[in-house]
Amino acid sequence: MGLVLFFAFTASSFAADTLAQPSHTFLSPLGPIAEHQRDHFFRVIAWTSIAILPVFLFTPIILIRYRRSARATYRPHSAYNPKLEVFIWGVPIVIVIALAAQLWTATHRLDPYKPLPGDPVCVQAVGLDWKWLFIFPNEGIATVGELVVPVGRPVAMELTTDTVMQSFRISALAGQIYAMPGMRTALHFKASEEGETRGENTQYNGDGFPEQRFPVRAVPKADWLDWVQAVRESDLSLTDATYARIGIRGDLSTTGKAIGSETDGPIHLSAPSPDLFGRIMARYHTGAALDPSHQPGSDTYDPERSQLPEEPMVMHGAGAAGCGPMEHADHG
Amino acid sequence: MADALFGRLSVDSLAVLHVFEDATINNMVDSGAAGLVIVGSVAAILVLKVFRLWTPLFRDWLFSVDHKRIGVMYMALALVMLARGVIEGVVMRWNQSAALGGGPLDPDHFGQLFSTHGTIMIFFVAMPFIFGLMNFVVPLQIGARDMAFPVLNQISLALTATGAALLMISLVVGEFTTGGWTAYPPYTGAVFSPGVGPDYWIWAILLSGVGSTLTGLNFAVTIYKERAPGMTLMRMPLFCWTALVTSILVVFALPPLTAAAALQALDRYLDFHFFTNDLGGNMMVYANLFWMFGHPEVYILILPAFGVYSEISATFAAKRLYGYETLVGATLCIAVISFMVWVHHFFTMGQSATINAAFGIATLLIAIPTGVKIYDWMATLNLGRIRMTVPIVYMTGFFFLFVIGGLSGIMLANPSIDFQVHNSLFLVGHFHNVIIPGVLFGILAAIHYWFPKVFGFRLHEGLGKLAAVLWIVGFSVTFFPLYGLGLMGMPRRSASFQDPSYEPLMQVAFYGSLIILLALTTVVLTIVVSIVYRRHLATPLGDPWDGRTLEWWTSAPPPPWNFAVRPQVTGVDAFAAAKERGDVYAPLDHYEPITMPAKTSIGFVVLVTTTLLGFAMVWWLWWLAIVALALLVGAIVVGSFYPPTEITIPADDVAREDRKWRESARQDRGVTRDEEISALNHGRAAPDMVAAE
Repeated sequence: MGLVLFFAFTASSFAADTLAQPSHTFLSPLGPIAEHQRDHFFRVIAWTSIAILPVFLFTPIILIRYRRSARATYRPHSAYNPKLEVFIWGVPIVIVIALAAQLWTATHRLDPYKPLPGDPVCVQAVGLDWKWLFIFPNEGIATVGELVVPVGRPVAMELTTDTVMQSFRISALAGQIYAMPGMRTALHFKASEEGETRGENTQYNGDGFPEQRFPVRAVPKADWLDWVQAVRESDLSLTDATYARIGIRGDLSTTGKAIGSETDGPIHLSAPSPDLFGRIMARYHTGAALDPSHQPGSDTYDPERSQLPEEPMVMHGAGAAGCGPMEHADHG
Repeated sequence: MADALFGRLSVDSLAVLHVFEDATINNMVDSGAAGLVIVGSVAAILVLKVFRLWTPLFRDWLFSVDHKRIGVMYMALALVMLARGVIEGVVMRWNQSAALGGGPLDPDHFGQLFSTHGTIMIFFVAMPFIFGLMNFVVPLQIGARDMAFPVLNQISLALTATGAALLMISLVVGEFTTGGWTAYPPYTGAVFSPGVGPDYWIWAILLSGVGSTLTGLNFAVTIYKERAPGMTLMRMPLFCWTALVTSILVVFALPPLTAAAALQALDRYLDFHFFTNDLGGNMMVYANLFWMFGHPEVYILILPAFGVYSEISATFAAKRLYGYETLVGATLCIAVISFMVWVHHFFTMGQSATINAAFGIATLLIAIPTGVKIYDWMATLNLGRIRMTVPIVYMTGFFFLFVIGGLSGIMLANPSIDFQVHNSLFLVGHFHNVIIPGVLFGILAAIHYWFPKVFGFRLHEGLGKLAAVLWIVGFSVTFFPLYGLGLMGMPRRSASFQDPSYEPLMQVAFYGSLIILLALTTVVLTIVVSIVYRRHLATPLGDPWDGRTLEWWTSAPPPPWNFAVRPQVTGVDAFAAAKERGDVYAPLDHYEPITMPAKTSIGFVVLVTTTLLGFAMVWWLWWLAIVALALLVGAIVVGSFYPPTEITIPADDVAREDRKWRESARQDRGVTRDEEISALNHGRAAPDMVAAE
């Protein structure tokens, strides 16, 4: 009964997703990484079912056949059966071996740190309360509350936060990875078709947590270049002072007002300060305590007082603009 | 900032007044809950006064060191906290069912709800239920007179109650954390959460954690040292094995949690930088410490429940447990592996694929002994004579539902799947799917099974079955939709959402939570109705289910010393074997005086002083903290000089009680299993048919 319900709900959510196009999710992915994750998901269900189906099948049979009133064969002292023992241990062991082999290969194949082949778009994501700042260092643009990527080109993303720990996820493209202050994590993904989906923070970080999501659009390369050009022509630029005001706790529209954006929607910024991402990380490695009024996300945060260090953090294995190959758990 | 006399405390801290300042729905829920705690406490005091129960409450319960009474007090505490936890769950489901574009509750209030719900359900429901069960059952099952350290046992209960008290106080005075039951820094640090909320969490966890660690030590020593003559380790009932392994896990797993909470306290109170953003602090260290506790904790809770399923499957199939050695081995395997999997709680923190794969595979390994156990219980039922009693109804629900929780657990063990569903409602679905059918159903089955031993009368069978069915249905309707929602991408801990496709399943889950509330009400109703009809349900002779283990070989409720003469054990299922050999109620010739631990008030003093200490630390009332600590230390010092610590029961008194019980048992005609749930069942099992072998 339970299993039926479980599959029914899985199926219904799948159906709901399909109907609710164009919002793609994990089960209706937009790119190869999420697609492999989904396939792995169904493979694991299939394998594990081999071990749990006997429970669904034999529990009712045993309960009915050996109910007291049935007066069936009764062996009160039977407590061991070598043949049964082989089955009891054998089935789980064989299945776990099969699952373990698949787990090993899938985990390595879908390692979020593994660069995808091709010329990547480099994106630096900074988690703030309660929005994400995306810096495109090679294009010289930045956005808040929107991510647009070209179809067919891999995205090499590096992440940090300038507040508490967060977790970045775009279900339809890739899984999630934590973003932590003073540290850098990585996520690689690619959109293989046009479409729209949603990205979000999944790690609770206060009152505005449910608002910390943003539309993600995968568009053809030419459209993407047009979009980049449009963002580059934005009147707002990502200076240190603008960044400090983006750090004020609040959702997208609060942030827009704080920096003088004319729309309520996504914020487009040109000319990001050089090395901004590395300097945000360096804030936590100065060797001095950080006053709460300098800490974005704190109650007493004051953007006029908060200043980033001049020098970015030196990172191991960092390639051009910090989007090259990267070691795991890189925290300076 | 802090006043010398009142610390951080002000009139504003009183939640019950918020509704008068601004009558929003949110404040009504907030102040209503605080009001309920106050009204409940006043009502309890009045009931005690009117029925003149103050003296018995202190004399027979709070000052008692009897493991049976301490067990009952643990269970009562857990039941009260369960009621709060379930109501909070329903309120959260209600909020989320109406949360498209913003729910009725403030986000901050919602944050407190999921934090208290988790903290309460793990630390003040599941743990006290398990400890209460172990307290009552283990000494009886191993033929002991009491725990190895009875006074320490009383103090452990007091410390657990202190933690629960701080949780209840936080509802009335101030607020609780919004950082979840895991309290991940830096969010819970002083920079981001300057209020009292995280401090309530820290002190509740620190103080109750000390109590739990002491309980673990106490049980390990009791099981090693206090077993009846002849009861080797491999003759112990399986519940005792699981209790032993759980105790060992407690001893090793609780210290990392206590350390993590203490380090967080140093960060918050004395400006240390263990887990802060700056000056080399690192929240990754906290995540590791927390889950080094957190994962074994899951097995601390579920192993005793597995022990319960082992006991009830054998008793109600009237058959020896299948694969005793296998089950013991599987329990030990689970215990060892449970310390090697903690990283699976944060596959997404950026470590290498090889580390993730190693921890993922270690997690898969746990599925082997767990799967073996389920097959073993099925094999126990096979070829038996199964009575479909309340515990077996719960067990059937457990079989069907738990394996689905196992399936989703296997999925989450795969880092590549976990990257997608981590932090989503899929995860919430998973852990409720293992904890409710696994731990809670086990506990409810155990309550039904051992209740007649504790109080001398059975619980009403029909209402019990209704409650079990309601739990199974309520669980399924509430938590299966969460799997779907998680796959659709809904993050956990969301006070609101924007995607309309979430709404239908959210509403289904809310209706499910109402069924769960009904199930809990039915459990309480079962107990009340059974008390009313207790004469009809009385089983004073102590063996209502044709039990197989030693706890059934004494009267119900058992005398304070459990056994007039400690039984001699020659194999597993000692009582079943004795019944097959002949008259188990034959008169005895010789009785000896019995030495028992004396009553003491130290536990009560610990409860009061540590609650004051915790409250004082939360509100920066330094003077009160010093006073409370001085009183605590003073009471322990003075108490240690205060005789007597033991009392001796004369042999005549022991003989009189024991002869009375044996005589009544011999005069009772006994009932076969067909009359098990009739008024004829006084707790003596008549020899049942034994089939052709």
